[in-house]
Amino acid sequence: MHEHDVIVVGAGGAGLRAAIAAQEEGADVAIVSKLHPVRSHTGAAEGGINAALREGDSWEDHAYDTMKGSDYLGDAPAVETLCKQSPNETIQLEHWGMAFSRDDDGRVSQRPFGGLSFPRTTYAGAETGHQLLHTMYEQVVKRGVTVYDEWYVTDLAVTDEERPEDRTCHGVVAYDISTGELSGFRANDGVILATGGPGQVYDHTTNAVSNTGDGVAMAYRAGVPMEDMEFIQFHPTSLPSTGVLISEGVRGEGGILYNAEGERFMFEYGYASNDGELASRDVVARAELSEVNAGRGIEDEYVHLDMRHLGEERIIDRLENILHLAEDFEGVDALEEPMPVKPGQHYAMGGIETDENGETCIAGLYAAGECACASVHGANRLGGNALPELIIFGKRAGQHAAGKDLGEAKVTTGQQGEYELGEVDSPVEPGAVDASGTDDAAADGGVRADASTADSEDVVDRAVEAERERVQALLDRDEGVQHAEIRSAVQESMTENVNVFREEAGLKQALRDIREARERYEDVFVNDPSRTFNTDLVQTIETRNVLDLAEAITLGALAREEFRGAHWRAEFQERNDEEWLKHTLLSWNDGTPELWYKPVILEGEEKRYEPKIRSY
Amino acid sequence: MSTQVPEQESEAETEATETDLAETLPPAQQARMERKAEARADREQRAREEAEREASADENSYHLKVFRYDPEVEGKQEPRFDDFHVPFETGMTVLDALIHARDTFDSSLTFRHSCRQAICGSDAFFINGSQRLGCKTQLSELEEPVRVEPLPHAEVRKDLVVDMEHFYDQMEAVEPFFQTNELPDGELEEQRQSPENREKVKMSTRCIWCAACMSSCNIAAGDNEYLGPAAINKAYRFAMDEREGEDVKQHRLNIIEQEHGVWRCQTQFSCTEVCPKDIPLTEHIQELKREAVKSNLKFW
Repeated sequence: MHEHDVIVVGAGGAGLRAAIAAQEEGADVAIVSKLHPVRSHTGAAEGGINAALREGDSWEDHAYDTMKGSDYLGDAPAVETLCKQSPNETIQLEHWGMAFSRDDDGRVSQRPFGGLSFPRTTYAGAETGHQLLHTMYEQVVKRGVTVYDEWYVTDLAVTDEERPEDRTCHGVVAYDISTGELSGFRANDGVILATGGPGQVYDHTTNAVSNTGDGVAMAYRAGVPMEDMEFIQFHPTSLPSTGVLISEGVRGEGGILYNAEGERFMFEYGYASNDGELASRDVVARAELSEVNAGRGIEDEYVHLDMRHLGEERIIDRLENILHLAEDFEGVDALEEPMPVKPGQHYAMGGIETDENGETCIAGLYAAGECACASVHGANRLGGNALPELIIFGKRAGQHAAGKDLGEAKVTTGQQGEYELGEVDSPVEPGAVDASGTDDAAADGGVRADASTADSEDVVDRAVEAERERVQALLDRDEGVQHAEIRSAVQESMTENVNVFREEAGLKQALRDIREARERYEDVFVNDPSRTFNTDLVQTIETRNVLDLAEAITLGALAREEFRGAHWRAEFQERNDEEWLKHTLLSWNDGTPELWYKPVILEGEEKRYEPKIRSY
Repeated sequence: MSTQVPEQESEAETEATETDLAETLPPAQQARMERKAEARADREQRAREEAEREASADENSYHLKVFRYDPEVEGKQEPRFDDFHVPFETGMTVLDALIHARDTFDSSLTFRHSCRQAICGSDAFFINGSQRLGCKTQLSELEEPVRVEPLPHAEVRKDLVVDMEHFYDQMEAVEPFFQTNELPDGELEEQRQSPENREKVKMSTRCIWCAACMSSCNIAAGDNEYLGPAAINKAYRFAMDEREGEDVKQHRLNIIEQEHGVWRCQTQFSCTEVCPKDIPLTEHIQELKREAVKSNLKFW
């Protein structure tokens, strides 16, 4: 068994920042990641980091924009924490040598982004995430933090008290991909999940293949609620063939969207007559699909994004990476012709429920970054707000796990305080097919230790044993269904039914498809018998996580009978603040998701953010 | 063949591996592995036959020859090439084809990949005789059959997966982190950097650690201690950054000037040729040589 003070799962932006912060607090830190850190998906982030750095800007304005952009589903204490700390954290990166783009006077450059009242997006060309990821990994190397790379964490070691709020997380179980060895990792002080987004729930996504929502699913099955999962951001500009992201920076610099008739539709059809292409992402994504649905799309599929008028010099200076992406993945020379773009799954606003210190309702268990929901993005994330989320909440989680007093959190977690149970009209029984967890360990999340077990080593050992059985069960079968079949069926149904535009019949169809996938997963088998680098096994385990997340997204979407931010419903075309100014939560209740709600916190430190109509 | 497969292990090592396996694998599990291997071989055979049939029926498919090796599975311990026929779609990359082959024909086909947009650096392979990223290489640009092999001069773990430890060790050997003595006064003050200096280091910061350069370098192939193009480029990224002071720069030059450092480079440009991010690696190495000479001249 391995033992450390703080164990960070995942090595993207949030995980690396958490590890650095915990190490600075004096903790012995280990990072456990299924990829080598520099392979993490943070490297693909292009746009930038919002930070109120300049005269004329203020964290208060940043917070206001964020609350408004969230369609008033962000929690003000978390949003204010983000906006207040972003300037310091951004400059901290600069002090670590990050290669930001520079103004003539040598200061870091900033540019406009969608939904921002000030050009406060700090960037490094169109490769901000790459620069950020490498800069932070450099700091991890410098500090000698232990990194277990290509180790796949498959479960959490959590005690088994009746209420999740009484449980404690003592560590994780991880599988060494290169040798097939399964080991316990005991955490003396805390486990931080930083496992990124769930893009692989969809088949058209900007996300990496590794983004399978592992951390969210593990925390969920251990008892932590998933929050606001229905809010999935579809980025308006992804390449049609692959889903590769074309940064919002293109529109920030002045890129223009055209339909097949050559009309600048954002203005001409009045989708966002004030902001045009720089409206929030949800607005632009809907506008593009409306054009395609009205028969004004190109090849009935996409629209054009044109940046030729910006001129070669400016493009090379600020968007060079975009030229390469358009050329490599679409065969388009973006200096000469417009790029084809369409909305693609991009970001999960929801995730593991945490407070603004990154802590969940289970003691010793933290989450940060895209896998977490603090919640700062509410119903719609503003471009340039994901990277500050990673560094700020990563840092806070790291500090808190290592014992630093960050003050009491204002956001509550778990079923305590004010909450109400909800109901959803599901056409099938959601949740695991076999929830007992004893007969078929593969179908369940694993077994938790008895409540009577006080020794943390026992808790970790039990979890390892349960995972060993689960892996064994998967490997023992000689025939059955392969994970790729199950995964792609779910991905296709989600893209068809739980996309930018959603209606009741489609959502119910998706739930039926997910149910069927769960039943087929009962017969899933791993073809590759090898213990060396068995990606077949890893992907089979990932697929189970994809199922849980797909279901949570769809259930939440079916339950939320209103139109807010990224969540559009055919049957409900109005935002309904009377009933729906609240967060959706799903808890794993003996194998069935339990739906409940808690109110959104609009009370900031000095003011209340009054919901206003988002007039575009 | 240029790929190193650790099949000629010393006797002692082989024995140790066998003992390990015997100790950790209960008989039932061993039997299971054998059973699965047999079943798998059957299935693979069927899949290959199916692929061949499809290929002969469908002119619009691509023929891939993919390197296979697994130290554990009987029938795969002897390196071989498997044929896959993949239905072609416009824009399809080598990575797309590999994924199709794995998901449709043989789920044990093993390779690293993640972002599929040329930024995570995990899918560098030896494709038709040169180091390239699978995700960035269009099938339509390649001659058939498309040969996909693991990176040469690296130890193969399984199929297209190579051991990256040596590469990572070399990267870490150059102190790959920013070092500066002069932090500005205020917490919110930047260490200003001129746009020109940022431009100078820009290309060097684009490295995605894919190891294509290291794999293509003849010198690195013969000298295991040579830092290699990626690590030297990493040193360049910091040595040329005006925000690091002169002392640090001298320290960095000392590192890259060691016996297995910049002077080993013979300017063959193979690293520059294969770099998927177009980093002028050879130029950077030469520039560091010049810097090293200049700094040595100061003491004469």
